[in-house]
Amino acid sequence: MMKRSLTLKILSAAILFGAWEIAGHIPVSFAFPTFHESIGALFRMIGDGTMLKAYAETLKPLAAGIAISAFLGIAIGLWVGLSRFFDWLFSPIFIVMQAAPLAALIPLLVLAYGIGLTSKILVVCIMAMPVIVLNTAGAVRNTPDSIKEMGRAYLATDLDIILKIIIPAASPVIFAGLRLGISAGFIGAILAELKITPTGVGDIITYSRSIADYPSMYAAIFSIILLAVLFLNLLERIEAVLFKGNQRGYVSD
Amino acid sequence: MSPTSATEAGSGADRDTATEIAVSTRKISKNFGDVEALNDLSLEFPRGQLTSLLGPSGCGKTTLLKIIAGLLEPTSGDVEVNGRKVTGPGPDRAFVFQDFALLPWASVIRNVAFGLELRGVARSEREAVAEDYIRQVGLASFEKAYPHELSGGMRQRVGLARALAVDAKVLLMDEPFSAVDEQTRRKFQEDLLGLVQDQRKTFIFVTHSIEEAVYVSDQVAILLPRPSRVSEIIRPSSFRGKGIDNIRRDSEYLDIVDEIWASLRRYVE
Repeated sequence: MMKRSLTLKILSAAILFGAWEIAGHIPVSFAFPTFHESIGALFRMIGDGTMLKAYAETLKPLAAGIAISAFLGIAIGLWVGLSRFFDWLFSPIFIVMQAAPLAALIPLLVLAYGIGLTSKILVVCIMAMPVIVLNTAGAVRNTPDSIKEMGRAYLATDLDIILKIIIPAASPVIFAGLRLGISAGFIGAILAELKITPTGVGDIITYSRSIADYPSMYAAIFSIILLAVLFLNLLERIEAVLFKGNQRGYVSD
Repeated sequence: MSPTSATEAGSGADRDTATEIAVSTRKISKNFGDVEALNDLSLEFPRGQLTSLLGPSGCGKTTLLKIIAGLLEPTSGDVEVNGRKVTGPGPDRAFVFQDFALLPWASVIRNVAFGLELRGVARSEREAVAEDYIRQVGLASFEKAYPHELSGGMRQRVGLARALAVDAKVLLMDEPFSAVDEQTRRKFQEDLLGLVQDQRKTFIFVTHSIEEAVYVSDQVAILLPRPSRVSEIIRPSSFRGKGIDNIRRDSEYLDIVDEIWASLRRYVE
């Protein structure tokens, strides 16, 4: 089974990169390099340390923003899901946050928080947090009543019910929210570097485009996508280890 | 069998037989908003016996069971378990759920040990207890399985083992066999008779099946709706000692089943 899924992954990557290579050769646009040119640029930038320096810069707001969004997002989500009052208080904020056109709001953030790290972290959080909060809240609210009642019948305290019943029951949807939120956070981090001040990976993209070094530009974009995919895979592994029995759905199905 | 008299609804509890009564409900009323689920219901449950609550749907039998469990609060009236007034769920009662209510992310052994886990029993100790009951309900070697890998009947065995593992004096069963298939149900009913004999616990059993109630019970309380009341208490006497194979063709068994149906049929839409 594992073998087959790996073969499929490699096959789909090969098809995608093959199409990219062909598209680069046609070429679809003067500004669209081939796959092997881009990969060449990627290895060159890894070799000369450009990538390393860029990621040292980009990962700061990205890691901080994602960590804050995950912890605060799940905590607020639990709260909103458990209490009607906090639902009333907080839900609209996150719904608005999710719907707002972020790029248009960036000047406001810069006005309030300057062009430093704070603004960039905020951009990542605004992208990542709403879906984490809303998913967590929804999942908590939909915990089957019968297992909560079972907990009470077997003398669970309120804390037991939250930790041993509600959170594990909500975990598949919480993790789905984390996956969506974290990928949005990656978009946020690059957006911040393109719109606020060009640093890190955003700087490579902006600079390479300005000197028409398109392979480097696409190499930078490709690298951030690759990182996001790897991170999401890691998250999936963590979920599988933490909540083994959840993998095949619910008993009552 | 103990010579407990079956008290009719509303009549005062006999103080002399207080030790023989494990659970008693007194003048229980319960309203959900404007809907009256139970009205002034009094009933006694003899120790070490199985009492069924039988009635058409909407007669409040599950509500009464949940009030005894402490999961619902009565609007008025009170419940006593072994002489102590019920104010909430307690260690003296264990509940078996109609839909099993297992934790899907937990293995069989963790599910069975869950009641002990919540009571703070150390892991090795509670797993030893759980393993013992898993064997007793016939699930040995399934300890590491997850609920989705089990059949409906096996899942309810897990639910039963969980209830037995906390060693409560009173077992509350809410239509425990209604979600399993007919053959499994018959096996469960036979096993239940053995359990009542061995465990010396008080069983309160909610069911909508007349045959099931008469088959497994020492005492059947028939509840009627609108207004909710105990209409009759039947204590089958002659076929209990004849062995499980002969009950279903015993003439008293058949008579009681017919009699109950005759009194219930006009309440069934």
